Amino acid sequence: MISFMNVFGIWIAAFFTISIFSFLYKDNPFYKLSEQIFVGLSAAYWLVYIIYSIMMPNLFTKLIEDFSGNAILLIPAGLGLMMLMRLHPKTQWLSRYPISIMIGTTAGISMLRYMKSDILEQVTATMINPFSAPDAAGVVGNLLLIIGTVTGVYFFYFSKKQEGIFQIPSKIGIWFLMVSFGATFGYTVMARVSLLIGRLEFLLRDWLHIIT
Amino acid sequence: MKAGLLIFLIFISWGLYANSFTAMDSPWDDGKAIILNWKLSPMTRNVQIQRITDSENIVTVLNTTLPEGEFVDSALEVNHEHHYRLIAQFDEDTLSLETTATTREQWFYMRKLGFLILLVIVCIAIIYYIQSARRGKEFYIRRIAGLDSMEEAIGRATEKGRPILYVPGISDLDDIQTIASLTILSHLAERSAEYNTELIVPCRFSMVLSAAKEVVKEAYIKAGRPDAYKAENIFYLTDDQFGYVAGIDGIMLREKPAANFFMGSFYAESLILAETGFATGAIQTAGTAQAHQLPFFVVSCDYTLIGEELFAASAYLSKDPQQLGSLKGHDFGKLMVIILIIVGVILEIFGISVLKDFIAGASS
Repeated sequence: MISFMNVFGIWIAAFFTISIFSFLYKDNPFYKLSEQIFVGLSAAYWLVYIIYSIMMPNLFTKLIEDFSGNAILLIPAGLGLMMLMRLHPKTQWLSRYPISIMIGTTAGISMLRYMKSDILEQVTATMINPFSAPDAAGVVGNLLLIIGTVTGVYFFYFSKKQEGIFQIPSKIGIWFLMVSFGATFGYTVMARVSLLIGRLEFLLRDWLHIIT
Repeated sequence: MKAGLLIFLIFISWGLYANSFTAMDSPWDDGKAIILNWKLSPMTRNVQIQRITDSENIVTVLNTTLPEGEFVDSALEVNHEHHYRLIAQFDEDTLSLETTATTREQWFYMRKLGFLILLVIVCIAIIYYIQSARRGKEFYIRRIAGLDSMEEAIGRATEKGRPILYVPGISDLDDIQTIASLTILSHLAERSAEYNTELIVPCRFSMVLSAAKEVVKEAYIKAGRPDAYKAENIFYLTDDQFGYVAGIDGIMLREKPAANFFMGSFYAESLILAETGFATGAIQTAGTAQAHQLPFFVVSCDYTLIGEELFAASAYLSKDPQQLGSLKGHDFGKLMVIILIIVGVILEIFGISVLKDFIAGASS
C-alpha cells in the first residue's frame, strides 16, 4: 500500500515540475515560488552536506580522535578560519592569504596536469602515419585529424596578424572547430531530450498513471 | 680418445651457457618495476617465471620459449622485496632458479625527461617574453572580437540605466577558468565603476565569492570610485548547480540586466542561462574552455570567447606587460606544438618513432 507521504511527495514533485515548465510561457508566480524554494532548499542542503560529509569526517572527527596524529589538519583549518575573517572589517585582510594560496596552488597543479593531458597526450595522438590506415577512408580520417589539430592550434595563435597567407590555416581551423561544435550541439541536444522524456515519464506514469 | 673429446666438447658447450637468472630494480623510475634477466642453454624448451608473494602465493608473470631474454615486471609494491622463481624445461629434466630484488623509488623518473625539457623550454620562453615586455618591448596581440564587445555592452547598460550581470562560471577557485574569469571581472568592474553602472555578480562557491568581492572592490578603488562599490551586489546563491542557474534566471527576468557575461567553466546549465538571457534581450558575451558547452554559447550569445581566448582575454584587456609577456610565451608553446606535430608526422611516415616515443614516455 502506497503511504500518504509517498503520494504527497509525488504531488509536490509534479507541482514543482509543472511550475518550472510554466516558465516556457512566461515568468509567473508559480515559477517564482519554485525558483525561490529550489534556491533556498539547495543552499541549505549543501550547507548541511558540507558540515556533515566534509568538515566532520575530514576535520573535526580526526582532530577529536587523534589530535597529535592529525595536527597537520590545523593548517587548512586555520586557513578556513582566516576566510571567515572577512565577516569582520578590521580583520578582512587576513582572508587574502588563503585566497592567494588557493589560486597559486591551483595554477601550479593545473600547469602540470594540462601540460600532460591537453598537450603531450594530444601531440602524441596526432603523431601518426596518415597512410598507415587500412583503407582510403582511414587515410582521409587521419589526414583530417592532423590538419584539424594543427590548424585548430594555429587559430589560437595570437602573436601574428591573421591576414594574407597566415589567414588560411586560421580559417581552416575555425571551420574544424565549428563543425565539431555542430556535432557536439546535436549530440547534447539529444541527451537533453532524454532528460525531458524522463520528466514526462514521471508526470504521465508516476503521477497521472496514464502510461505504464 | 674420440669419445672422450666429444664428451669434453659437450661439457665445454654447456659451460658456455651457464644458466643465470637475475632480478634488479628498474633504475630511475617510480619504484614499481623489477627487471628480470635470464640466460639459459639453447636446448631450453620452455621458460616460466613466477613471482612468489609474501603469502606464498605463486603468480606466473611470464611464459616463453626464449632461452635468453629480459622482462619488466611492473605495477609492484614500492620499496618492497620481491621473490622470483624461474622454471626452465629441457628435453628430459627441469631447472629451477630463484632470485630476489627490492623495488626502490628514485627521485627522478627518467622517462619523464621529455616532460621536463618541454616544460623548461616553455617556462624559459614565458620568462624571456615577460622580461622583454617589462623592458618596454611592444608585442602585437591580434584582435579578439568577443572582447571588443565589452565596451559596447557596458555602454548599452549605462545608456539604459540597467545593471550588468557577470557569472563567473560554476566551478570553484581550483579551476583555472574561474581564475581567468576573475581577471576579466576585474577589468569589467573597473569599467562599470567608471561609467557608474551597477554590476551584479552571483557566485556558487564561497571561495569564488570572496575572491570576486576582493577583485571588484580593488577595481572600484583603482577606478577612483570606492564609494560606488556595493558589496551586496556580489553574493552567494547556492552550491547546487541547477539551483544556482534557477537563481540567475530569476535575476535576469526581474532585474533585466542590459548586458550578460558568462565567463568561466560551465556545464549542462549553459544553454538555460544563455537562452534566458537572450529572451530578456540583453547583449550577451560568453567565454569558456568547456568544449561541450561552447556550441550553446555560440548559438545563443552575441559574442563568444572560444577556449584559449578566455585565457588570452585578461592580457588583451589589461595590456599589462607581465600578462602580455606571458601570452607571448604561451604562443611560443603553441608554435612548438605545431612544429612537433608536423615533424612527428613526417618521422612517422618514414617509420621513425623516436620523437613520438620520447613524448609518449613523458605523458605516461
